[in-house]
Amino acid sequence: MAVRKLAPEELQPESFVFSPENEAFVDQQIAKYPPGRQASAIIAVLGKAQEQAGGWLPRKAIEAVAARLDMPVIRVMEVATFYTMFNLEPVGKYFIQFCGTTPCMLRGAADIKKVLERRIGDANHIPSNGTFSWLEVECLGACSNAPMVQINDDYYEDLTTENFEKLLDDLEAGRPVRKGSQIGRNRSEPFEAVNTLQDPSLYDGSLVGAWRNRFEEQAKAAETGEAAAALESVPGKAGRPGAGRAIETGAADTPAERAKEGETPINPVDRKEAADPSTATKGKSHTEEGARPAPQSSKSYVTTPSKPEGGSPVPESPTTPEAGTPPAQAETRRDGSESKPDVVVDKDNMTS
Amino acid sequence: MTKIIVDGVEVDVPAEYTLLQAAEAAGAEIPRFCYHERLSIAGNCRMCLVEVKGAPKPVASCAWGVRDCRPGPNGEPPEISTKSPTVKKAREGVMEFLLINHPLDCPICDQGGQCDLQDQAMAYGVDTSRFHENKRAVTDKYLGPLVRTSMNRCIHCTRCIRFSAEVAGVSDLGALWRGEDMEITSYLEKALGSELQANVADLCPVGALTHKPESYHYRPWELTKTDSVDVMDAVGSSIRVDSRGREVMRILPRVNEAVNEEWITDKTRHIVDGLRLQRLDRPFVRDNGRLRPASWQEAFATIANRVKSTSPQRIGAIVGDLAAVEEMFALKLLMQSLGVTNIDARQDGTVLSSAYGRGSYLFNTTISGIEDADAILIVGSNPRLEASLVNVRIRKRWRVAPPPIALIGEHADLTYPYEYLGAGPETLADLVSGRHSFMEKLRGAERPLIIVGQGALTRPDGLAVLSAAAGLARDVGAVNEGWNGFSILHTAASRVGALDLGLVPGEGGVTAQEMAQGGVDVLFNLGADEIEIAPGAFVVYQGTHGDRGAHRADVILPAATYTEKSGTYVNTEGRVQLANRAAFAPGEAREDWAILRALSDVLGHRLPFDSLNALRAKLYASHPHFAGIEMVQPADGAAAIQALAGIGGNLGREAFVSPVQDFYLTNPIARASGVMAECSALARELKLEAAE
Repeated sequence: MAVRKLAPEELQPESFVFSPENEAFVDQQIAKYPPGRQASAIIAVLGKAQEQAGGWLPRKAIEAVAARLDMPVIRVMEVATFYTMFNLEPVGKYFIQFCGTTPCMLRGAADIKKVLERRIGDANHIPSNGTFSWLEVECLGACSNAPMVQINDDYYEDLTTENFEKLLDDLEAGRPVRKGSQIGRNRSEPFEAVNTLQDPSLYDGSLVGAWRNRFEEQAKAAETGEAAAALESVPGKAGRPGAGRAIETGAADTPAERAKEGETPINPVDRKEAADPSTATKGKSHTEEGARPAPQSSKSYVTTPSKPEGGSPVPESPTTPEAGTPPAQAETRRDGSESKPDVVVDKDNMTS
Repeated sequence: MTKIIVDGVEVDVPAEYTLLQAAEAAGAEIPRFCYHERLSIAGNCRMCLVEVKGAPKPVASCAWGVRDCRPGPNGEPPEISTKSPTVKKAREGVMEFLLINHPLDCPICDQGGQCDLQDQAMAYGVDTSRFHENKRAVTDKYLGPLVRTSMNRCIHCTRCIRFSAEVAGVSDLGALWRGEDMEITSYLEKALGSELQANVADLCPVGALTHKPESYHYRPWELTKTDSVDVMDAVGSSIRVDSRGREVMRILPRVNEAVNEEWITDKTRHIVDGLRLQRLDRPFVRDNGRLRPASWQEAFATIANRVKSTSPQRIGAIVGDLAAVEEMFALKLLMQSLGVTNIDARQDGTVLSSAYGRGSYLFNTTISGIEDADAILIVGSNPRLEASLVNVRIRKRWRVAPPPIALIGEHADLTYPYEYLGAGPETLADLVSGRHSFMEKLRGAERPLIIVGQGALTRPDGLAVLSAAAGLARDVGAVNEGWNGFSILHTAASRVGALDLGLVPGEGGVTAQEMAQGGVDVLFNLGADEIEIAPGAFVVYQGTHGDRGAHRADVILPAATYTEKSGTYVNTEGRVQLANRAAFAPGEAREDWAILRALSDVLGHRLPFDSLNALRAKLYASHPHFAGIEMVQPADGAAAIQALAGIGGNLGREAFVSPVQDFYLTNPIARASGVMAECSALARELKLEAAE
């Protein structure tokens, strides 16, 4: 985390007074909590103070919040310095919070960052015109629309260098901009074709209460002594109220129980399937590379009997491609389907 | 009570105990940094990890209750292990993490030799580091003249923050930023504004906060430790005086649950330099208006000349605030043998007197008794300045469950909220006559506590105020079976002992104020520096520092301070405590009782003892309760308030003013101290700032 500090004295305003409407907001926030617990409203109040002061918290604002919430100033300082969402130094008119966390990074946040660095300069630095300033932040929770930035209060998603440049141009020129996705998709829907949740019955209300109805029917069937029949009539895995809980039931299907009832404990067909190497999970088993000890640092200060020569072991065949290889060219798949060999993977994310 | 097995030892502890307390009850030692029994639980240092049977990973024993442990499958008591290999490994891991950023500057660190981290790294750490990264660097903070910071050493235990917010009641310290960047500081690095701030350096388990005035002066293993008692106020905090050679190097608190728990005020701790400076190290005699050094014989002869030519009615004696019982007893015997009745230990003019019974001038409730009070009325006192540790107790009581607290007197910040009733005796009269709503709360309380301070008693109508307060105490039932809620708060360490001895003017005697204003021709001044003595009288000053008393004196007899003599002090509760000698008085200065004994010989009325033990034997024979060291002999409260309430009198109109206006400069030792002068200047500044 970058080291942050209070803004230098020459940038600090002389005073800070809540505007009447913000004053009302503060009252409303304080009213949410029991009397004497007004300090609980601190985050909301600091946020409002930051909004009023132009996107950052001057010292006087922190003191005003402390006085308003009847707290020692140091307690307010603690909160203001703890949360990176509170800016302690002035920010540009458009304050860009750029997400650099893994999903955005994988989808090209590095390019977006280059744009920011080229157009605005270093993070936490306001160019002379004061229009923009930016900061790299942790995940903002819009990973499905990565890469993305937050500019003031709004998210701008699905960025590419081109549309991001245009977005910045538009903002700078004061032209209206489109919030949310920049490639025109609706929220986080699949951006080309919608293939799921298309059954119309999902939306006509016919399924409302269906799940519950089924339990009621089952309960009725059990009362009339037809429990077994009703259970059998439910195809597949029947959801039941006690799902996931260990409930005594005669319907359990374990080898031991099958043996007790005089059946073959293990179905020969099942056994054959389980032994079929083509369907087995293709996780790399340790035996493949020979028994190898867990990685250990040569600097370990407890004597380890099985220390491999030359420090940390490197597997003969790399399981991950070298850094920098574009995902599409990588030899191994890295989309989570490695262990599911029979799933067809569409590398271009183009579903039929 | 709940059973729990600690390392195979079954103990029975209260269910609200933490695992750490249970382990201590079972005799197992648990290392800790952030946990402190008098502060809230933070659980952030992770050093106290123990293994709980059934828990998937080690748990922080300071933050895990015995009642939160699950019993075994067959209802066996829960089992914890403090010595298992897992625990050892966990501690080593925590220690390694703590040391990642801790500098290896023990050789130049003041905490060296008294450092929790050093000790525990020896006991629970490993000998090498696996970290090659650079250590974190943190700028040092300014926290005022008493606490030196070296923030690289900080391990973020937050004890200092919790102390200042919880015990001292001044939320000055905080932790800014987060994670590795976390820094302990005050808002904009302002000096701490508490009179208990130096305790944070005691609490610091590492060398991040150390005592600034004494930094780099000593190593703890060089010091000789002497248990003693503090005389800066009438609380009588238990202290340990550490000396090297003949010099006192530092003063530390000693745990005494009944008095100071384990805190002391900054004045108690940092007057150390005052014990060295401005000292009177030889007798002086005034010749032609100028004081000149003299020998003891010369000084005694000068006194004897004047005493013999003066009638006993024109001789008087005033006793100061720092005198021990022994020398007061010796002075009393000497004055009796001279036939002098003008003797007074109340230089501030308080109306308290032994005449109304011992219950009329003690803090009858006792300091620890404050925690049982369920309504508190403070009259004419600012306990925060007059007796900071009494104030800490009231705050402690307030933190448990706020009782109704009200104050008549100066509207000051006492670190806890209170109902401000008014400034002067009129409000007290209103309260007595039941015209005030707070009266209902006092009446409704089972154990009401009425604290009367010297601000209400050192005034012309003091006796009437005392009487009114006693009447109030009687009316609200403050004195009943098992509870005495009528308490006088003293400001002078010697006062209760003096009143126990009966050092008040006898038949036809005059008071200290009258003596000072020319009521006597020969005035024997035993360390009274807070009283202005009018020109005219021949003044013999027996004291320690070149303060007001010495400037006015005609003969100066150099004496020993409380760290240089063995003396009995009685605190405001009536607790008899012993101060021990940690060092020797400078130059020709002698212990007070010995000076008086030698003087009595020259005056022709030899006192009947030749040693301190003989003096004490006489003292205990005539006043048996002084033999009960560390004890409080309860006084008859009901009779005392009955006697006081019967006095009556007219209440004045002036507001009560606390006798302690400058906390840091209340006695000659403190006034000689440079550190106290600095603190005083800073406190004035803060006061001005607050007034703006």
